[in-house]
Amino acid sequence: MLNETLLRVEDLVLHFKTQKGSVRAVDGVFFNLAHKEAVVILGESGCGKSSLAKAILRLLPRNIERYDGRVYLDGDDTMAMDDESYRQNIRWVRMSLVPQAAMNSLNPVLKVGDQIAEPMIIHHGVKKEEALVQAAKMFQHVGVPVDFLDRYAFELSGGMRQRVAIAMALVTAPDLVILDEPTSALDVLTQANIFNVLKRLKQELEVSFVLITHDIATSSELADRVAVMYAGQIVEVSDAHRFFAEPLHPYSRMLMASVPRLRANVEPEFITGQPPSLLDPPKGCRFADRCPRRFEKCSEEPPTANVDGIQVKCWLYTS
Amino acid sequence: MTDKQRDVLLSIQDLHVWFELRRFGFGHAGYVKAVDGVTFDLHYGETIAIVGESGCGKSSLMKTILGLNKPTKGKVTFEDLDVGLLGGEALRKYRSHIGYVQQDPFGALAPFMNVQQILEEPLRINGIRDSAERESRVRKVMEEVKLTPVDDFLHKFPHMLSGGQQQRVVIARAIILEPKLVVADEPVSMLDASVRVEILKLLRGLQEKYHLAVIYITHDLSTVRYFSERVFVMYAGNVVEKAPVNSLVHNPKHPYTEALMDATSDPDANNALQYRELPPGEPPSLVNPPSGCRFHPRCPKRIEGLCEVEEPYDLAADDHLVACWLYK
Repeated sequence: MLNETLLRVEDLVLHFKTQKGSVRAVDGVFFNLAHKEAVVILGESGCGKSSLAKAILRLLPRNIERYDGRVYLDGDDTMAMDDESYRQNIRWVRMSLVPQAAMNSLNPVLKVGDQIAEPMIIHHGVKKEEALVQAAKMFQHVGVPVDFLDRYAFELSGGMRQRVAIAMALVTAPDLVILDEPTSALDVLTQANIFNVLKRLKQELEVSFVLITHDIATSSELADRVAVMYAGQIVEVSDAHRFFAEPLHPYSRMLMASVPRLRANVEPEFITGQPPSLLDPPKGCRFADRCPRRFEKCSEEPPTANVDGIQVKCWLYTS
Repeated sequence: MTDKQRDVLLSIQDLHVWFELRRFGFGHAGYVKAVDGVTFDLHYGETIAIVGESGCGKSSLMKTILGLNKPTKGKVTFEDLDVGLLGGEALRKYRSHIGYVQQDPFGALAPFMNVQQILEEPLRINGIRDSAERESRVRKVMEEVKLTPVDDFLHKFPHMLSGGQQQRVVIARAIILEPKLVVADEPVSMLDASVRVEILKLLRGLQEKYHLAVIYITHDLSTVRYFSERVFVMYAGNVVEKAPVNSLVHNPKHPYTEALMDATSDPDANNALQYRELPPGEPPSLVNPPSGCRFHPRCPKRIEGLCEVEEPYDLAADDHLVACWLYK
């Protein structure tokens, strides 16, 4: 396994301006990702995980209040680039996205082949014929019959559309693909199928993945590393083997205990209470209100402790 | 577990629900055979799960039970009513015995009504004129689903509630008329992992307290064992396996059930190291389903010369029924 860092995110901040005040959707996020690895960003809805995808790829809405931090891709500081050179050199060239509900994000009036070819034409300046050849190659990689190039999105099943969206992210041969909830709207068998495709792509094309999801069970299908996000912050970064065996942060533990299991007869437990509002998150640990192991110190912002290579943002692990 | 002495609440016999296809708006062009020969009994206070992928006919089955579709052939009997024959006032009265929990709570709640109005609606429709009585029943049901303190929630609109709270309102509306049966159509698939368990436990608590019969429709096998006594697995309009939940989970018999279980992940880092074995292809068209066993084109264990010719019927080992020739 190559252990060179491909993506390094440090202290990434994305705050939105709203009528009610600033929403701190991404608030000091950090993680690393090596070549040919997949990191899973786990979190519940409203924890800022989709905003994180947007912040990494700089696909920002207009109501930005604060956007800073450092994102290094293969050592290049992408935050220092201006928008135009970012568009030309990074987005969809070295880093691409499979958006949430990708199956509905395809253009209904374009043939899927033309849509897949488009990033090649725009970013690599190739002729359409050539781009279509590349698109056909990608279709084979993701397991869509090549004659589907001439079809429209509505003529494909959900699983096929999802594969097409993955092909579109891969057509320019990027180093990194961000997958935002790639299988949440799909059936069980289709979902397992898509994960088989992603596993194969990781081997064949040597691509890295950032998988953003709330589904802990299926995320283990792809994960080499796991980052848990809560209320805009990363609370734990761990390797998959240790995380799925026994997570450290109290939130991660409770999240893991809430997963119903098919193969073990353990009664799942839920987490009482609700995540805090990102408008005015509590001082100190943001999970403290719901945490069964809170103590006096939790009213102060916890530092990120390093426990044998696992990073945990919790007072329990500071020596 | 299944108590043979319990009385039957809902009985479904050889139910077929077909939708006619028309060419250019007229002229017959075949049928979509959404439900094609389903038979089962549901007892008072029993919970069953219907598991299947989208397009397997589970929603059509549910709508027929609710009286929203008419059976093409076969019979749905609720207590001693033939549901297919009901209309008008009788149908309305029948529906007051059934609560319905929708999949998408936000879509199921009218955005211009507050919680109180939403919960009073079924009472109004069923002729409870006294507003004080309506309010007291609304308050009581909100306590039941733990939308407390009640006064905080009474005047809120759906968009002001979280997904879990919205689903609680939907559940409160389903049980406010004290139904005998609750049909829950993927009640937690739109919710977060930690809220899912909370809502399922709430439903289970209500089921036990009021001795409700529940039909839990889902595609997620991993929640089934915590929430039902019997499981029915549907594929392409047929029920292919009927079994008590533990028997199904520990000893799945139909190759399709096995495939569903193989495709369901438990959180385990070793999952990333191997590919999952899956049946090839996709579920068949319901207009022209395959002959014989409908799963045979995708089945790894098919018996040539038998599975594609003859349709399997329910073969039983005790109370574990499976429609598959492997078990003859």
